[in-house]
Amino acid sequence: MSASAGGTAAALVDDGASPGVGAGAGAGSGRTLLGTLRRPGALFGTGVLLGWLLVAALAPLLAPASPTAPSAGTLLAPSAAHWFGTDELGRDVLSRVIYGARLSLPLALLLVALASTVGTSIGAFAGFAGGVIDSVVMRVTDMFFAFPGIVLTMAFAAALGPSLQSAVLAIVIVSWPPYARVVRGLVLAMRGSNYVAVSRLLGGSNARLLVRDVLPNVVGPVLVVATLDIGSAVLLLAGLSFLGLGAQPPAAEWGAMVADATQYFSNWWMGLFPGLAIATIVFAVNMIGDALRDYFDPRSLQRSDR
Amino acid sequence: MPSPPQTRNRSRGGGLGLSALVRRRLGIGLLQVLGVTLVTFCVVAVVPGDPAAANLGQTALGDPTIVRAFDHEYGLDRPLVVQYGLYVWHLLHGNLGQSQLTQRSVATDLAQYFPATLELALAAIVVASVLGVALGTVAAFFHNRLPDRLVRFFSLAGISVPNFWLGLIVFYLFFYKLRWLPGTGRLSPELNPPPTVTGMYTVDSLLAGNWTDLADSLRHLVLPAAVLGTYTLSLITRFSRVSVLDVLGQEYVLAAVGKGLPTRTVVLRHVLRPALLQIVTIAGLAFGSLLSGAVLVEQVFSWPGLGQYAYRSATSLNLPGVTGVCILIAVVYIFVNLAADIVYVLIDPRLASQ
Repeated sequence: MSASAGGTAAALVDDGASPGVGAGAGAGSGRTLLGTLRRPGALFGTGVLLGWLLVAALAPLLAPASPTAPSAGTLLAPSAAHWFGTDELGRDVLSRVIYGARLSLPLALLLVALASTVGTSIGAFAGFAGGVIDSVVMRVTDMFFAFPGIVLTMAFAAALGPSLQSAVLAIVIVSWPPYARVVRGLVLAMRGSNYVAVSRLLGGSNARLLVRDVLPNVVGPVLVVATLDIGSAVLLLAGLSFLGLGAQPPAAEWGAMVADATQYFSNWWMGLFPGLAIATIVFAVNMIGDALRDYFDPRSLQRSDR
Repeated sequence: MPSPPQTRNRSRGGGLGLSALVRRRLGIGLLQVLGVTLVTFCVVAVVPGDPAAANLGQTALGDPTIVRAFDHEYGLDRPLVVQYGLYVWHLLHGNLGQSQLTQRSVATDLAQYFPATLELALAAIVVASVLGVALGTVAAFFHNRLPDRLVRFFSLAGISVPNFWLGLIVFYLFFYKLRWLPGTGRLSPELNPPPTVTGMYTVDSLLAGNWTDLADSLRHLVLPAAVLGTYTLSLITRFSRVSVLDVLGQEYVLAAVGKGLPTRTVVLRHVLRPALLQIVTIAGLAFGSLLSGAVLVEQVFSWPGLGQYAYRSATSLNLPGVTGVCILIAVVYIFVNLAADIVYVLIDPRLASQ
């Protein structure tokens, strides 16, 4: 997305492109989870994502030069020596793109882990408590949907000082609501189900019910939202760094690299490659997310919740 | 029960449902605005440093009576709860604080910058909605064939590409290389802006009958609006496609085709009308993200709107400016969604009674 909608991004994307859910067509081989992930789109997405994870892990071995120290003349066009050219300080763009994966990917995963934990807890609590508590919590959740993600993040970054930490904190604050909404809907539906009633009759405590009976059924839909959310997290982080409110120089961060490139826009290679890195990761993650959604289909769950 | 009274009952129920729905949504909306103000208040409150120093100019700061009057005005000498109450009280009276960036009230600043962003976002959403519904419908009709695959690929790419990067690429190609379109600003420097009515240059120049300005401002609008709208276009395309696919599988559509209605009639009347329901909602949701997405796009194209203002405020610690933009965007988002809900019910009155 535009790195902007933040939390709403997952909610928005979440109703997208599953082919023919209601049309009874195109289910194809997607009956099992493994089958779903073997479809060409998901396979491609998984491959690209694994590739980038590998690049992040092996960055020191793969990068031909230092990501932060100048290694050649400034603003050199791509050549055999510097495949992606060099930037305004003479740093090798390819090396910076490779090292950028070390920053963006772990941070995006951390963000999604934090947001999904917070959102799932809040949603499970609301759904389980029910009644007044549920409506109050869900109204608060609704409230967060109205937040303009990137602008609020800018306010945080301005208040706490521009750094990756304040960017991460701000992004978590705007991105937990979709999880809370999905989980709350599921828990609410499960609360009334027979197997939960049986478990309660057998003397299960609330905690046991929650952990043993309810949470395992929530994992799938949360996974779908989380997968799509990785893409939004990468975009938001890059967007904030683009504005100078995330990673600080000389860190090799893709958004910040695109920002540098706007100052030297005639040197197209400075901006093209870091942007392509962001786009390929987000594209791959969205393909996996689409496939997972076809499998779990939280579409219907979300709709019944409205 | 005989059927005519039942029908009348239902339609009356629908009418009542609409006003009840509007009242309920309005209530939720106001709560949401209150929540947003609470968070923006906290943001301002956690900032280390002296709010008086942040809000008053250098000369005013030298005068102890002005500082004391400021502290009293905002209840800074009283507990946080009272401070929040006063904060909301001031907001209700349109007082969003003082901007050190421009030495004016934030409300004045917002009034100046908002029309530029609104113009950009409206251009983007209109094009994205029309084109998105068309593309989504075409893709659904060619389900799993080449047009569908192409639309699916490009709409997924459209939600995956960072808009600030797309902006840079488009800027490089169409402004720097090809020189087809202007790359920065809202109007060429040699032209005078039309007299302000709405603050949107295209509308104002149209009202003033100034065709030179109209053509020039439209040309300036093309690149930033296209970049800003790409995400929304892709989103609406994906949605329309799924909605139309859903509807195409319904029996009444098969029946309509079966009884020999022309394709155009089936598409417009039987397929698109129900599909539009979902699309209205998603367009409403997307509008909020358009406004905040504008922050990045405005940065690339030096578009003097809310986003640039928020950015300059954030980087110069002008917190009332940033929180003012936050509150304004949240309010617009909430009311656009309220409007979307109402349109939803107008398209399908049955939903009001649910």
